[in-house]
Amino acid sequence: MAILIIAEHDNQSLKAATLNAVTAATQIGGEIHVLVAGSGCQAAADAAASVAGVDKVLLADNAAYEHQLAENLSQLVAELGRDYSHVVAPATTTGKNVMPRVAALLDVAQVSDIIRVDSEDTFARPIYAGNAIATVKSLDAIKVITVRGTAFEAAATEGGSAAVEAVAAAHDAGISSFVGEEVAKSDRPELTAASVIISGGRGMGNGENFALLESVADKLGAAVGASRAAVDAGFVPNDMQVGQTGKIVAPDLYIAVGISGAIQHLAGMKDSKVIVAINKDEEAPIFSVADYGLVADLFEAVPELDGKL
Amino acid sequence: MKVLVTVKRVIDYNVKVRVKSDNSDVDLSNVKMAMNPFCEIAVEEAVRLKEAGVASEIVVVSLGPQAAQEQIRTALALGADRGILVQSDENLESLTVAKLLAKVVEDEQPGLVIMGKQAIDSDNNQTGQMLAALTNMPQGTFASEVKVEGEKVQVTREVDGGLQTVELNMPAIVTTDLRLNEPRYASLPNIMKAKRKPLDTKTPEDLGVAVKAHTQLLSVEPPAERQAGIKVASVEELVDKLKNEAKVI
Ligand SMILES: Cc1cc2nc3c(=O)[nH]c(=O)nc-3n(C[C@H](O)[C@H](O)[C@H](O)COP(=O)(O)OP(=O)(O)OC[C@H]3O[C@@H](n4cnc5c(N)ncnc54)[C@H](O)[C@@H]3O)c2cc1C
Ligand SMILES: Nc1ncnc2c1ncn2[C@@H]1O[C@H](COP(=O)(O)O)[C@@H](O)[C@H]1O
Repeated sequence: MAILIIAEHDNQSLKAATLNAVTAATQIGGEIHVLVAGSGCQAAADAAASVAGVDKVLLADNAAYEHQLAENLSQLVAELGRDYSHVVAPATTTGKNVMPRVAALLDVAQVSDIIRVDSEDTFARPIYAGNAIATVKSLDAIKVITVRGTAFEAAATEGGSAAVEAVAAAHDAGISSFVGEEVAKSDRPELTAASVIISGGRGMGNGENFALLESVADKLGAAVGASRAAVDAGFVPNDMQVGQTGKIVAPDLYIAVGISGAIQHLAGMKDSKVIVAINKDEEAPIFSVADYGLVADLFEAVPELDGKL
Repeated sequence: MKVLVTVKRVIDYNVKVRVKSDNSDVDLSNVKMAMNPFCEIAVEEAVRLKEAGVASEIVVVSLGPQAAQEQIRTALALGADRGILVQSDENLESLTVAKLLAKVVEDEQPGLVIMGKQAIDSDNNQTGQMLAALTNMPQGTFASEVKVEGEKVQVTREVDGGLQTVELNMPAIVTTDLRLNEPRYASLPNIMKAKRKPLDTKTPEDLGVAVKAHTQLLSVEPPAERQAGIKVASVEELVDKLKNEAKVI
């Protein structure tokens, strides 16, 4: 039994979500191979080779894989995947985009977003916005799985010394192309990796007011998140959305400011260790999951909090 | 150009689902059902393409029990032209749904298939990508903008780092994200009119697809409940608790 992990990377460095997938694979058990498919991605492959627990790195360096286009990458992964018992990727937007395509090419199901490994074929995953946890057994010979990063510790980035093997296969389906991207640039930690997050909702009123949260974030080394309502209203960009259909986070401290606590938002943050809610409505559902609730006007409470840190 | 739209019948997104006491599944008896919110967005996008003169016909497909007709009728009231129900009372996994849809695509030959990115019951986020693989079409998943230009479609996608734009040859598959559009409501006259629009019913056997189980649901548990916390009276108390009790700052 061997497990193939599809690495998440930007051609230079390995994304942290890969490390959580390695831990999930370790719990499944078996030899662990990591595929780094990209263009000019040797450095990412080298980084994968030194991750603890990784036995081999497959490096597919080809222009066709530069932007991880699903049409191209899925063909490569399906071709390699036939020799494995499990094909695993982090449940990031890249993993979610590519892996079901791989599963269909292999004529197997995908088990999405697992949060627990019970055995080599049985996994737990949240359904209905996290209001239920399903234990699912895969009946397929090859198990295609995406892994929820917050549910598994990150594997150590040092300690491994896997060999890097080149894969020649070049798949260019020729039906899609990359046009461009708008990548949010920020000096703050990534939402999914941050240990402290302060998020704002519709109660923030507008985008400028997010500066109040940024100032607190600077002091706490925190990432800044948002509810869907805040993103929809155009206060902040989409990559800041936390929730069922946004990012799943589980920091040590999550501070929800002017967020009511709809189930779709809770689905993305209720596994945080400590939750703080600041809301002027004492009936807001967010208080039912908050360890510390403060009923207050955020425009007074947040500047005061900022001053006391 | 013909546009195919898929709509799934799911629990209403405002309803908090409960787990059955024997932990065999969630309890859907007497629960309000509705069209999956992402599918509403898919229907809206198709209707806008038709209004813009890009789409000529909108075919809406749902797979599931007889009652899924209601969601097809809703889509017809919103502006779709005709419906297809692939009726089955069995549990249809994403791969099976994709195989059935691949047959419908073969029959209908649409230029664009618009689907939701995720069904809010299973939270699978798979079916569109699987259909794309089975039909060898390109995919624009998690779309926040769709622009048809001649034989190609440009799709802006919501990705973890921000936005990514790809160009796809048509026919292509698009899956919707929340910000693609704001769905309209159906007017009463349109709801009445929708009752007379054609709705075909087929079965998986008609389409020549065997319904196969690739997974087995062993149990369903409620999630771990959080301990109820406390209310603090002031920012000062909050900072003190975070420093000295929770020790997180
Ligand atoms: C299919 C689907 C998927 C969804 N996915 C997500 C998702 O991933 N993430 C997500 O977040 N949502 C998601 N939603 C939306 C969700 O249902 C809610 O609409 C949304 O979370 C509400 O955001 P909010 O709490 O910021 O806004 P509101 O519910 O409007 O709450 C605003 C809060 O701010 C408080 N407030 C206002 N002014 C002040 C002030 N001056 N001081 C203090 N408090 C103040 C109010 O008391 C209120 O509680 C989804 C919805 C659907 C249908
Ligand atoms: N039974 C179904 N009937 C119609 N559409 C479906 C069905 N299952 C999935 N879909 C479509 O596929 C999308 C993604 O579903 P899923 O992969 O299950 O999260 C949904 O938003 C629907 O548009």
